[in-house]
Amino acid sequence: MTALATPEFEKANEKNKRRQGVLLALPAYLYLVLFFAVPLGIVVVYSFATRTSTGATELSGWNLDSYGRLGDEVVRTILFRSLWLAILTTAICFVVAYPFSYFLATRKPLTRNLMLVGVLIPFWSNFLVRNYAWRVLLGNDGPVSQLTEAVGLGETRILFTPVAVVLGLVYGFLPFMILPMYAAIERMDWSLIEASRDLGATGWQTFRNVTFPLSRPGVTAGSILVFIPSLGAFVTPEILGGGRTTLLGSFIVSQFLTARNWPAGAAVSTVLMIVMLIATISYFRSGGRTL
Amino acid sequence: MSSNKQLKGAAKNVLGFNAILVYIFFYAPIALLVLFSFSDDDLVGRWGGFTLRWYEAFADNEQVQSALTISIRVAVVSTLVSVVLGTMAALALERYRFRGNTFFDALLYLPVIVPDVTMAVMMLLFFAAGRDLLDALFGISFAKGVATVTLSHIAFSISFVSIVVRARISGMSQRLEEAAQDLYATRFQSFRYVTLPLILPGVVGGALLSLTLSLDDVVITQFAAGPGSTTLPVFVFGLIRRGVTPLINAVSVVMLAISVVLVVLSLVAQRARDGSAL
Repeated sequence: MTALATPEFEKANEKNKRRQGVLLALPAYLYLVLFFAVPLGIVVVYSFATRTSTGATELSGWNLDSYGRLGDEVVRTILFRSLWLAILTTAICFVVAYPFSYFLATRKPLTRNLMLVGVLIPFWSNFLVRNYAWRVLLGNDGPVSQLTEAVGLGETRILFTPVAVVLGLVYGFLPFMILPMYAAIERMDWSLIEASRDLGATGWQTFRNVTFPLSRPGVTAGSILVFIPSLGAFVTPEILGGGRTTLLGSFIVSQFLTARNWPAGAAVSTVLMIVMLIATISYFRSGGRTL
Repeated sequence: MSSNKQLKGAAKNVLGFNAILVYIFFYAPIALLVLFSFSDDDLVGRWGGFTLRWYEAFADNEQVQSALTISIRVAVVSTLVSVVLGTMAALALERYRFRGNTFFDALLYLPVIVPDVTMAVMMLLFFAAGRDLLDALFGISFAKGVATVTLSHIAFSISFVSIVVRARISGMSQRLEEAAQDLYATRFQSFRYVTLPLILPGVVGGALLSLTLSLDDVVITQFAAGPGSTTLPVFVFGLIRRGVTPLINAVSVVMLAISVVLVVLSLVAQRARDGSAL
């Protein structure tokens, strides 16, 4: 009998392995606790703090005043506007991306890979630059305006309107919708669709009852990946929305940089974080495994 | 029957047409931006003949040059740190079971899903509180600068690196590593000669993603930065808010070129992997 097979050895080995796992995880763990979890906690704490008349923040005497301010006319308008634009962006991305992903998933491997590279390049390209490109296109006497004038539609004046913001958001986040949707459609069990057709279902019935439910994990993942950053968008509305289309992101930033009302900014950030957490958790609950 | 076939053909055409429109939508704005960066006109969106003067202005502009240098420094340092920490975290979660691993898993996912603006606010308050605390406890004073920007970039990059590396590890058999250890390789040898080469495409992919994210970020950087630590995106963002100039066209095209080089590299690095997005 060698020592190798004893239960004690197995146990020691198991313990040893667990310790190695902890050691490997520890540096990232500590880093994220210090530079992510603690800052997160600080934001939540500040959201219960009070702003003094000088613009400083008084931490003692916790209260819910900053959350109460969410009901103010001004804040409510911004909240609903952001929510509406984020939903609109997600819906447009879905309508454009679904047929696109379906088409992509049904190509031959070589074509498919080339087309995929065509989506990955904008996906990886600098976000600020891509928004700036639209600023150039939509500007006064810019190319889009010149085009519509030449066709006889008159000048286009959509820069600094919500339309421009939605356009910029769709442009920025469309790949986030396409990629998970494509992945879901691509790994669908196509024999189920054939079976449905063999059993006499029409194309629409098959799509409604078989294809779409099978691709739903991709739809959900894509929608979350578009909705969350659209709701918290800052760069796009700043560049394309101008001063009149204030959204949540700009509101939060202004609370810190100009209005100096840190508790109010922290409260809105906290609400944004909760919305994002609920969306993500419900996605994982509904059976999604990767984002 | 034939009408059904016609319908199918029509549907296919619609899908194909939609795909063409999507690509035009993706690339036309970028192509026009590149075109206008060579335009000899003081307006940003008008063609006035070919010129390189905006690129010369780019090369001569000291503020742009220093912002570019800072951006590269922050991107390289934050990538090096997050690649090491993120890869270790990925190995720990995929290969070992330990107490608290579900919590760690969740903590690792959070930076990916938290909106930029929220993370920016977190960094602002954290560094403000940290400064007060260090000052009160030890009398040490620090100012926000390149270091705080780098620290905040690492905080979001670790997660992205670990997701990419985990995707690679989870598709990998453990047998080779076990074989190496059965053949008396030390733990270090088996990591150096077996595990690392196997996960390398994932590690390189994660590093390139981390570089891209660091070079992209505006909001978090703006909130973590102090005087003298303006990165190129933050500088360009400030310029755009004050008004667009053809100089921004040229700077944008340079930033775009950097992104494209990074994508191509990452596609090459991940050719071994099946077309997953991250």
